[in-house]
Amino acid sequence: MTGNSAKALALPLAVLVAFEVWARAIHLQSDSLAPPSAIVMALFGAFADFSILTATRDTLFSAFTGLAIGTLIGLAFGIAFGISDTLNRLMEVTVEAIRPIPSIALLPIALIALGFGYRMEIVIVAFACVWPILILSRAAVRSIEPRLMEVARALRLPPAQRVWKIIIPAALPRIFVAFRLSAGIALIVAVTVEIAINPLGLGAGIMLAQQALRPDLMLAYLVWIGIIGYALNILLTVAQRRLFGRAALSGDSP
Amino acid sequence: MNRTALIWRVASFAVAAGFIALWQLIANLKLVSPVFLPGPDRAWAALMRGFSSGDLWSKLAGTLEHMAYGWLAASIAGIAIGAIIGSSRTMRTYVAPSLEFLRPLPVSAIIPVAIAMLGLTQAMALFVIAFGAIWPIMLATIHGFAAVEPRLYEVARSLQMSRLAVIFKIALPSASPDILAGMRLSLTVALILSVVCEILAGLDGLGHWVLLSARAFRSADLFAGVILLGVTGYVTSVAMSLAEHRLLAWQASQR
Repeated sequence: MTGNSAKALALPLAVLVAFEVWARAIHLQSDSLAPPSAIVMALFGAFADFSILTATRDTLFSAFTGLAIGTLIGLAFGIAFGISDTLNRLMEVTVEAIRPIPSIALLPIALIALGFGYRMEIVIVAFACVWPILILSRAAVRSIEPRLMEVARALRLPPAQRVWKIIIPAALPRIFVAFRLSAGIALIVAVTVEIAINPLGLGAGIMLAQQALRPDLMLAYLVWIGIIGYALNILLTVAQRRLFGRAALSGDSP
Repeated sequence: MNRTALIWRVASFAVAAGFIALWQLIANLKLVSPVFLPGPDRAWAALMRGFSSGDLWSKLAGTLEHMAYGWLAASIAGIAIGAIIGSSRTMRTYVAPSLEFLRPLPVSAIIPVAIAMLGLTQAMALFVIAFGAIWPIMLATIHGFAAVEPRLYEVARSLQMSRLAVIFKIALPSASPDILAGMRLSLTVALILSVVCEILAGLDGLGHWVLLSARAFRSADLFAGVILLGVTGYVTSVAMSLAEHRLLAWQASQR
C-alpha cells in the first residue's frame, strides 16, 4: 500500500520539481505562471491577511445554503414523484422542460431580480442542486422493497408517518449518494457564478488576482479551490461509508 | 398499453400548459414586476423577433460552435489519453491517482488562468471548454479500459495481437458504453462553460446575449435566450441518447 501511494505521489512531485527548476533556470517573468515556491508563499500570504479565509467562508456559505435549499426542494418533489406514479407522469413534461436549462443561464435573471450578492448565488446553486436530488431520490423511493410499503399499509400508517418512518429511512443511503453528488455541484456552481459575475468569495478572489497580474496569487487560489473540492469529496465519501456502509454502494453505479 | 402511454403524455403536456397559463396570469396581474418577469407571450414574441431578424440565429450558432469544437477536441483527446493510461498498468498506478485528485476541482477555476495565458479570445474559450469536458471522457475511458473482461486480453495474447490491435479491436469496443456515457456528461459541461466564457469574454453567443439583455433590462429578450439555452441542452442530450442507442445496438443482445 505504501509503495502504491509513493507511486501515486511520484508524478505530481516530479512535475512540481521540474517546473520549479525550469522557472528558476529561465528566470520566469510571466503574467500567467509562477514557480511552485512562489505559489506556496502567496498562499501563506493570503492566509496571513485572512483574505483567502474570508473568501472561503463566503463561497462555502453560498454553496451550502444553496445546497440545503436545493436538497429540501428536490427531496420533497422526488419523494412525492416516487410515491405517486400519477403525479410523476403528470409532471413529466414540465420537469423535462425545465431540467435541461443550464444553471448558469439563470445568472442574468437572478442578477436583475436580486442584484449582486449572496442571494442570487444561493438561488442559482439551489436550482442546480434540485435536479440530481430529485431524480435520484425519485429512483430511490421507487426501488424500495414493496413489502415495506405493504407493512405500512397493513399498519394503516398515515401518509406523513409513512414518509417519515418507512420511505426516508429505506431510501436514505441512496439519497445520501445524491447529496454527495450535489455537494460537488454546489461548490462548482458557486465558484463559477463568482468567476463569471458575482464580486465575492473564492471565484472573485482568483479573478482579482488575475486582473492584478499576480500569477502566484492566482495559482495559489486555484490550488486552494482544488484542495477544498478534494477535501469536501473525501469528507462526504468517508461520511457515506461510515453512515451507511455497503448499503450506499448500490446507488453509486446507476 | 401504447394508448394509455399516449393519454398520459397528453395529460402531462396539459399540466405543463397549465403552468405556462399560470405564468401568464402572474405576469398579467403584475404580481412580479414586468421588469423581471415577462409573460410567456412577450418571451415568445421576443424569440420570434430575434429569429426573424437573424440575431438569435447567429448567437445560437456561436454557442453551438463553441460547444461543438470544445467538446469534439475533448472527446478525441480524452479517449486518446484515456486509452494510453488505461491500457497500461504502470501508467494506471502512476497517473490515475493524480487525475482522481484533480477531478473534484471546479473546472471553471481554470478560466482566470486561461485568460491570463490567452486573453479574452476564442482560443481561451475553446481551451476552457475542452479542458472542462475532457475529464468525464478521460476518466470514463480509463475506467472502461480497466474493466475489460480479462479473458479477452488472454485471447489477445494467445493470438499475439499488437498493442494497437488490442486497443482498437478489444478494449475500445468493450469500453464504448463507458466512453459514451462520459461524452454525454461532457456535453452538459461544454454547454455551461460555453455560456460562462461568452459572458466573461463577450464572445458572440447566447451567453453574451442574455447578459446584454439583463444589463439593458430587456427581460423578454433575456427569457427568450434562456429558453433557447434550455432547448439547446435538451436537443443535444436527446441527440446524444439516440447516437448512444444506435452505436450500442450491437451490445443489446449480449446484455
